Amino acid sequence: MLAYTIKRTFQSFVVLLVVGLVAFSMFRFVGDPVDNMLGQERTDADIERLRGQLGLDQPFPVQYLKFLQGAVQGNFGVSYRQGRAVSGIIAERLPATLELAAVSAVLAIVFGFFLGVFTAIRRDGWAANTIMTLSLVGVSLPTFLIGILLIYLFSVELNWLPSFGRGDVVDLGWWRTGFLTASGLKAIILPAITLGLYQMTLIMRLVRSEMLEVLRQDYIRFARARGLKEKTVNFRHALKNTLIPVITVTGLQLGSIIAFAIITETVFQWPGVGLLFINSIQFVDIPIMAAYLMLISVMFVAINLVVDLLYFSIDPRLHAGSSEINN
Amino acid sequence: MRDSLSRAWKSDFIWSFSRSPVAIVSFIVAVILIGAAVLAPLIAPHTPFDPGTLNLMNGFSQPMQPNEFTGETFVLGTDDQGRDVFSTILYGMRISLFVGFAAVSFAMVLGVSLGLIAGYAGGWTGTIIMRIADVQLTFPGILVAMLIFGIAKGFTPIHLRDQMAIWVLILAIGLSEWVQFARVVRGATLVEKNKEYVQAARLNGRSAFGIMTRHILPNVMGPVLVIATISLALAIIAEATLSFLGVGAPPTQPSLGTLIRIGQGFLFSGEWWIILFPSVTLLALALSVNLLGDWLRDVLNPRLR
Amino acid sequence: MAEVVLSVRNLRVEIPLRRSVLCPVDGVSFDIPPGDILGVVGESGAGKSMTGNAVIGLLDRPAFIAGGEILLNGQRIDNLPREAMRRLRGKEIGMVFQDPLTSLNPLLQIGDQLRETILEHLPVSKKEAADRAVAALEEVGIPAAARRIDSYPHEFSGGMRQRVVIALALCAEPSLIIADEPTTALDVSVQAQIIALLKSLCRERGTAIMLITHDMGVIAETADRVAVMYAGRLAELGPVREVLTNPSHPYTNGLMGSTPLASKGKKRLNQIPGAMPRLDNLPTGCAFHPRCPQVKKRCAVEPGPDIESCGGRAACWFAGELSS
Repeated sequence: MLAYTIKRTFQSFVVLLVVGLVAFSMFRFVGDPVDNMLGQERTDADIERLRGQLGLDQPFPVQYLKFLQGAVQGNFGVSYRQGRAVSGIIAERLPATLELAAVSAVLAIVFGFFLGVFTAIRRDGWAANTIMTLSLVGVSLPTFLIGILLIYLFSVELNWLPSFGRGDVVDLGWWRTGFLTASGLKAIILPAITLGLYQMTLIMRLVRSEMLEVLRQDYIRFARARGLKEKTVNFRHALKNTLIPVITVTGLQLGSIIAFAIITETVFQWPGVGLLFINSIQFVDIPIMAAYLMLISVMFVAINLVVDLLYFSIDPRLHAGSSEINN
Repeated sequence: MRDSLSRAWKSDFIWSFSRSPVAIVSFIVAVILIGAAVLAPLIAPHTPFDPGTLNLMNGFSQPMQPNEFTGETFVLGTDDQGRDVFSTILYGMRISLFVGFAAVSFAMVLGVSLGLIAGYAGGWTGTIIMRIADVQLTFPGILVAMLIFGIAKGFTPIHLRDQMAIWVLILAIGLSEWVQFARVVRGATLVEKNKEYVQAARLNGRSAFGIMTRHILPNVMGPVLVIATISLALAIIAEATLSFLGVGAPPTQPSLGTLIRIGQGFLFSGEWWIILFPSVTLLALALSVNLLGDWLRDVLNPRLR
Repeated sequence: MAEVVLSVRNLRVEIPLRRSVLCPVDGVSFDIPPGDILGVVGESGAGKSMTGNAVIGLLDRPAFIAGGEILLNGQRIDNLPREAMRRLRGKEIGMVFQDPLTSLNPLLQIGDQLRETILEHLPVSKKEAADRAVAALEEVGIPAAARRIDSYPHEFSGGMRQRVVIALALCAEPSLIIADEPTTALDVSVQAQIIALLKSLCRERGTAIMLITHDMGVIAETADRVAVMYAGRLAELGPVREVLTNPSHPYTNGLMGSTPLASKGKKRLNQIPGAMPRLDNLPTGCAFHPRCPQVKKRCAVEPGPDIESCGGRAACWFAGELSS
């Protein structure tokens, strides 16, 4: 277990270094940072001084190391567009995205799992077939259309829920939360459904296909041949074996929730890092793009790592040191 | 499996198609939409992006009702500037489909070549290619596409950005979808590489390139076709999403996604037709291609799920 | 208790396809008395396993019992409601599958799997069930059963796992065990042990066994009677000694000729020309006639006779005239 953990952690580290290299290359080569930072009235002396300040006159590996050093300390430079420290801008907006992602993830997992198990067990029932057909529509339906549809129904027609923004937030000092006000809670409903629906569909289809696969296994036949109740077979024998592959993919899905939040945040003008990222692309604000890339990579790699280790600890077959009795 | 492909074609393909109402309907819808897009200049009653033909008085005409000022009737209504929504959809679909097909072709050529090389050459080259694929696969395609779009935009001179946007979009979506092709082709290549007929061809002095294109490539066409169809649906949705977010097709060359982005502004003021019709078209397009892909996968290669 | 544990009468299983109907089991009849072992042999696809699955009520859809009767201890079971059939499985009919590696749930300790089966079928407390579980493991010869009961399946070797599977099949003391190729997936050195174990346990309790296998050697050593199946039909049915030494169906004869039995001496192995027909392409008349060395005109037109009606053992018009 320890050796495995160390190996996986090392791999994650390498991935982050590679992504860091990509982010740094963006910084260094996409457009000229000096061009971007100095206005029209500049002198050659200004340019030289700034190049020195930014360390652009040093060799590439040295610059990369410096960049990594800064990145580890959360220093990604200054936004070309807002002229403020990137780290501050991101810290300000991160809570909004994390709250949205968390609520969506819970929705997606709870409903996706429940519906997946249901459609696997009642695989020939009309309800299961209807859900499956709807899910196919759900997979083809782009996230932003779901958002627009929800806005039209619940904001324009019914006027029940707000169509944009986060509502009132409470400042906890280091975190601004929307969970503590009525308007904040109302505001998160539509974005969370929009963001969670697609993931829910995926989780549901995955749980269903994995469970059907497990239900075909010999040990399920054997459990039936032993006269166990259908309930026991389904929930004690099949479900547990379904969980292992599902946990892996679901974990990775959670990562993509943060990425897909970009779309939802744009539709609902939700003031999170996703909206920030989209704006930075529109204005080619490289420091923000690079910082977002690093941030999301760290999250993804961390999620991947946790999922892998979790997978390892759940399956008894993978535990080291298991002995065999021989004949 | 060129063999199995032709066999499937003869025995099951047509039969299975004729028995699948979903496949038939999807096929008809897809053909109508693609046909309408290709023939847009002939079908479209207006040329919506020629400012000379626009009449602001026609703005916000309701579908099927004569405009109160000019008396002109527009099937699907007009937008704020008097552009015929039906015509904008036809031209928008052209952009969407062009980007979709071009991006998938690009992804396919890139993915199949890299997959063949990774599988056939193996060694360091193969490892590096597949490692890149693995790392890329941990990130959602749409995010990869956004990043590439952002970077490529950074490289494009400012005055060319709108003109180049479509090509940048194709590059970004194509690069975000090559991995699936590469993985399948590499897997099949590894299997085929050790079969006797390939060994024999190698002993006969065939070049590696000849073996790959003549012997291995035909065997992976079935799965590649399935992935290409499903990727097309994904590419259409990705393009629409990026354009909707404002990081795709520019307003001067609007795709369906751009039209929906524009239409969102009129959602609250009651001009529902400006957003509804492009949305429905996009949905019909994505869904029909997706369902066709699903069906194709079941027929050609049930194990690909 | 009735004279026979299991009685199968004219069993017919059908699989409806999109263009036709397959019939993997057709007109199969046999009885198994208490404590007896019936060996069912045949090539793969002959309908052996399908027959076993039909008896225990675990046919995979779309296959279903289309005709005939199955009686367990005199009671008809082929038309029982699902829930009643479920209670019968494990309690009255136990089953042992081919591959012990896949028939145990990898994520549950074997003790859990034993206890849940015992609690399902017997009116005992949890404590008693736990004791019985250990006893069941001891009976099948697992060393240090009390300690091993909390192990996971992957911690046992193949042979040991098959012992666990047998313990599971027997723990509610059923009157019939269906063993579907119980030794095929095991090492040769372990096969004999498992067969001996199965045999001795069932003799002690008077449990009947339906032993499905393609291995004539196993049948010769273990079974009391043997049923030979070919293309979904019974070819021959009779006491093991007689069938093996003096087969009356040309197919059995061919099968014996192609099996390396010690008793047959050092003669060269024969083979039956051709292959068993596919179910969707059965020949007319007797299904074996295209491969039969004694084929006559009648065989191509009329199906073989009913075993019982002609009083003999074999479904062959010329059963008596077989020349070795």
